[in-house]
Amino acid sequence: MLDNLTQRLAKVMKTLRGEARLTEENIADALREVRMALLEADVALPVVKEFIAAVKEKALGEEVIASLTPGQALVGVVHGELTRLMGAAHEGLNLATQPPAVVLMAGLQGAGKTTTVGKLGKYLKENLKKKVLVVSCDVYRPAAIQQLQTVAEQAGVEFFPSTTAEKPEAIALAAVDWARRHYCDVVLVDTAGRLAVDAAMMAEIKALHGALNPIETLFVVDAMLGQDAVNTARAFNETLPLTGVVLTKLDGDARGGAALSVRHVTGKPIKFSGVGEKLSGLEAFHPERMASRILGMGDVLSLIEEAKKGLDEEKAMAFAKKLKSGKGFDLNDFKEQIGQMRKMGGMAALMDKMPAQIAQAAGQLPAGTEDKMIRRVEGIINSMTPAERAKPELIKASRKRRIAMGAGVQVQEVNRLLNQFEQTQKMMKQFTKGGIGKLMRGMKGMLPGMGR
Amino acid sequence: MFGFLKKKGGEAVSPPADPAATTETPEQSLSWRERLFGGLARTRAQLGGKLKTIFSRGKVDDELLEELETLLLTSDVGLEATQHLLDALKARAKKDKLETPEAIQEALSQALAELLAPLEQPLSVDGHQPYVIMIAGVNGAGKTTSIGKLAKYFQSQGKSVLLAAGDTFRAAAREQLMTWGERNNVTVIAQDGGDPAAVVFDAISAAKARSIDVVLADTAGRLPTQLHLMEEIAKVRRVIQKADASAPHEVLLVLDANIGQNALAQVKAFDKSIHVTGLVLTKLDGTAKGGVIAAIARQCPKPIRFIGVGEGIDDLRPFVARDFVDAIFA
Repeated sequence: MLDNLTQRLAKVMKTLRGEARLTEENIADALREVRMALLEADVALPVVKEFIAAVKEKALGEEVIASLTPGQALVGVVHGELTRLMGAAHEGLNLATQPPAVVLMAGLQGAGKTTTVGKLGKYLKENLKKKVLVVSCDVYRPAAIQQLQTVAEQAGVEFFPSTTAEKPEAIALAAVDWARRHYCDVVLVDTAGRLAVDAAMMAEIKALHGALNPIETLFVVDAMLGQDAVNTARAFNETLPLTGVVLTKLDGDARGGAALSVRHVTGKPIKFSGVGEKLSGLEAFHPERMASRILGMGDVLSLIEEAKKGLDEEKAMAFAKKLKSGKGFDLNDFKEQIGQMRKMGGMAALMDKMPAQIAQAAGQLPAGTEDKMIRRVEGIINSMTPAERAKPELIKASRKRRIAMGAGVQVQEVNRLLNQFEQTQKMMKQFTKGGIGKLMRGMKGMLPGMGR
Repeated sequence: MFGFLKKKGGEAVSPPADPAATTETPEQSLSWRERLFGGLARTRAQLGGKLKTIFSRGKVDDELLEELETLLLTSDVGLEATQHLLDALKARAKKDKLETPEAIQEALSQALAELLAPLEQPLSVDGHQPYVIMIAGVNGAGKTTSIGKLAKYFQSQGKSVLLAAGDTFRAAAREQLMTWGERNNVTVIAQDGGDPAAVVFDAISAAKARSIDVVLADTAGRLPTQLHLMEEIAKVRRVIQKADASAPHEVLLVLDANIGQNALAQVKAFDKSIHVTGLVLTKLDGTAKGGVIAAIARQCPKPIRFIGVGEGIDDLRPFVARDFVDAIFA
């Protein structure tokens, strides 16, 4: 089901090889595939329809460049259009007002508003050096105020206490007043989750907005949302003058078509994306990555960024030099790489960002095996002498037995590791010639049990 | 026109298909049915109007099928299940010569009811004491709120209930459960921070000592991609088994009806690590139609134990397939 769109289109487009242009006839089937891919990613149907129409218009007459198949050319158009629709570059928060700048959060129940307030607070405090006050106007859900208090403590921002006996409007106004007198730069106002069809609750937040006149009104939306995202977003957008969207729970495996639906309906920029429960998990939103994700093409760019973050600059340079000089990639490097991979959040986080085909193959392994396997591999390498690590070809039967005993594994596993290493070595040679595309294909061979 | 279906559906299926309702007084059952209809009113308003225009064509042709496809897809039914329902309708149309709008509608609602009927398996908490129910789900699905409502539900059946605050991660999750406990006058077993498995173990021991009927064990929300957290919840399950070899007697996965096709991935992933035995579908009172349960019925069937159609404490009730289908179509 999670077939990469490129692959699926390739199937449809097989018949078209050699045609120089995309025409109405030859892309009809392909557009149906695009439609299915978008629907599977939970993009709302009305949005899908409009989108397909736009893509069709753009694609017609598009020349197929010699090196591309028609399928690839079409995917290019689709991807470009998706990216364009989801907004250009990242837009930050607008805080240009007389302090305190008030930011109002709104959204459905369980969208992640309170967590997002904590993350935003931490971001504003640490990255923009703002003095932040947070306040909860959720007087309905049990312990919602306490939740924000705890989150505020973790984020290291000021918390304005409130009680369930008060009116949301009164709480918020008191908080803004307090912020003014204590020279806070930003007030983040958390609200109760509400359904768009709940007239009373929508009127409440509208009144709250009127009283506060916030400079930013953020709509917090769950990336997993289904077809109904369209209705919800429309209702919130009609009630409140939204200024931006925060997409949460993007660390899950949802394709996140809701992002496109919400963006399309509200026309408001997606300002941030929430990943993970830690308060540091707030990232700038990247339209082109989201486009790849919706199409099931994997988030290779994020992967590279992550890799950069986890990588030790100097070590990487030394490694690159070693590769360039043509000197062999040895088991020490192999171990080093495994260590780096761990730093990047283990195989799970890595696979998450891989194109669907690879992630799917890896998904066949039971949960957690990858990380367990990596620990074993490390154990085996640790049982080798430095000489063996530098020159793996030294390792013959008797040494294998010793290593296996040392690592507490069977000899077969040592063999398997050595085989894998050999493959990786080959891959590395390709890498020096071929670049990342080849590396990705090579990755498939690295894990046992994965489709070759 | 829709009255026709409603009447027919009601007559033909209602009496035998209501096993949960038989334990209640007829009055209660009626009000629940009304509430279900009320909660799904928006779904119906949206869907009903469109269905009327679609079915008024009076014959099953390509255009009707395409419009129906659109409708099912916008209800989160998903591609695979939509195809299945349309195929079923086509097959019926060939066999029975469906020529009136009513007949087409009846055929479709029957196909849907047939698809969902196997999922209708009410939860019975008899047979074990304590009956241990473990609750899991992604962040913000409505686990803790559902536990509050379930506690009330079981109490109204004359059972004694104990809650275990197994969400030791999220800020103030414990306090949230405690508040539910106070409202229902139910004991909540909690620890300051600590290990979720330990809290649940304590709760089961306490339930044994106090001969409590039902233990509801809350867990922290987690996304299936967080493997370490999936391992943690698998451990909670193992520890429950240690406390009582026959437990957990029920593992409920809470799903938000607003969620799209990712719900399937959630069911599969949680099933893999903790063997889900039933589902709770929450937040059906929005404009979401919960069509994803049709996809679940096709691709990873699990009994739907409860559905929630409102914020009130009584708004979480057993799932009855025919009622659900009627509430959507009628």
